[in-house]
Amino acid sequence: MEITKVVDTKGMACPMPIVKVKKALDTLESGQVMEVQSTDKGSLNDFQAWVKQTNHELVKHEEEQGVYKFFVRKK
Amino acid sequence: MNQTELKGMTAGELAVKVFHHEPLFILDVRNESDFMNWKIEGKQIQILNKPYFELLESVDEIIDQIPDETEVLVVCAKEGSSQFVAEQLVEQGKSKVSYLLGGMKAWSEHLEPVKIGDLSDGGSIYQFVRIGKGCLSYMIISEGEAVVVDTLRMTGEFERFAAEHQAVIKHTLDTHLHADHISGGRKLAEDAGAMYWLPPKDADEVVFDFNPLVDGADITVGRTRITIQPLYSPGHTIGSTSLIVDGKYLLSGDILFVASIGRPDLAGKAEDWVGDLRETLYERYKQLPDDLTVLPAHFGSIAELGQDGSVSAKLADLFRNNPGLNMTSETEFRSAVTEKLPPQPNAYQEIRQTNMGKITPDDEEQREMEIGPNRCAVHDK
Repeated sequence: MEITKVVDTKGMACPMPIVKVKKALDTLESGQVMEVQSTDKGSLNDFQAWVKQTNHELVKHEEEQGVYKFFVRKK
Repeated sequence: MNQTELKGMTAGELAVKVFHHEPLFILDVRNESDFMNWKIEGKQIQILNKPYFELLESVDEIIDQIPDETEVLVVCAKEGSSQFVAEQLVEQGKSKVSYLLGGMKAWSEHLEPVKIGDLSDGGSIYQFVRIGKGCLSYMIISEGEAVVVDTLRMTGEFERFAAEHQAVIKHTLDTHLHADHISGGRKLAEDAGAMYWLPPKDADEVVFDFNPLVDGADITVGRTRITIQPLYSPGHTIGSTSLIVDGKYLLSGDILFVASIGRPDLAGKAEDWVGDLRETLYERYKQLPDDLTVLPAHFGSIAELGQDGSVSAKLADLFRNNPGLNMTSETEFRSAVTEKLPPQPNAYQEIRQTNMGKITPDDEEQREMEIGPNRCAVHDK
C-alpha cells in the first residue's frame, strides 16, 4: 500500500486531529491513501465514525507503542 | 462574535442541575456509538447527538434545533470539541450556551456526597453518588473515625470529605471484587494508614494482603461502637458480602439494587451462582428486619435517585416492588438472570485483574477502562 501523505496529530486534542485530517484529505486524489498518527485512544471511534459518514475507506488501523495509526483511502 | 458569553460548566454544577431536575438542553458532540453506549441523563434533560466532525465547518444543520430559552450545554469526551462547537453556537447568536469542563471523563469521575441519616451515637452515614457512572460509595463517620465502603478510584474525594468532618479513616471495605470500576479501597487504606477488608472468597487470585471480610468480623467505628456486621450474601460474586450498619442500614453491594438485582455472570460463572443469588435474595434477605434501609453499590437509571439525589429504599418496599424479588418460580428466576443480560461493563475483565492487583494500569488507562455505565444489574440496558 502506497502512503501518499502522513498526518501527524500526536499529542493533539479533539477536534484538532480531525480538522488536520480533513485539510490533508483535500490535497489527495481519489484512491490515494493517507496515514494518520494519533496518541489519543478515544480517537479510534471518532475516526471510524467520521470515515463512515464521509464515505472514505478506513483501510486498517494499528497500534504501536501508544501511537495509533489509521490508514484512510480517499473515495 | 461575543466570546464573553461562553462559559464552562463543571461536572459538579451539572450534577446539582440533575439532582434538582432543572431543564437543560444537551448537545452531545461525541460519535454516535459512544453516545449510544452512554450519555448524561436527567428528568428534565433534552439531548441531541451530532458528532463534532460534522460541525467543523458550520453549525447551520443543527442551529434551528438549539433552543433560545433553555440553557444549552455542549458535551464531548474530554472538552476540546465541545468548546469548539459551543463557540460556534455563540457566534450564531445563541446566548445561554456553555460546555462541560473535562467532558464525559469529568462527568464519569464526579462524586456528590449526600447525607443519608444519623446513627444512634450521633454519627452519620453518607452516600457518594457517582452520577455519571451509577456507582455508590459510603462513608460512616462517628466520633472522629470513618469507615469507607466500596471506595471509588477517586480516593482524594474521600480523604477531603473525611478531613472536612475531622474524621480519621480507619477501615476501607469492599463488599465484593468489583468488575465495573476500579476499587480505591486498597489505595485509600494505604494512604490513610487504615485497614483494607475484602471477602476472602473473592480473593483467590488477589496478590496483596487484606483483612478477611467474613460473618462475625464485626468492625466498629467511633468510641460508642457503631457496629458493621458483615453478612455473607453470594450471587453477584461468590464472595459478595452485605453489611448491616447500626442495625438500621443494609449495604447490599451489588446483590440488591433499588430497581433490580445483581447479575451473576461477570466472573464467568452465571450458571454456578444462580442458586446462591436466589438463596441470598429470597431466603437470607427475607430473614432480615424489613424496615432496614437498603443502600446499594449502584443505580441503573436516574429514576432511582430520590429528591435529594440519594439512592435508597426500605427492604419491605423492595420485596413488594423490585422485579428481581418477585419471581416466584426458580425457572423464571434462572432465565431472568442468565439470559438476555445487558452487555458487560467496559473492560470488565481488565478491571477485575486490576482489582486483584495483577495488572497496574496508569491513571489514564484506568480512566479509559472505566468509561461507560456500570451495567451490574440484571435489568440494565
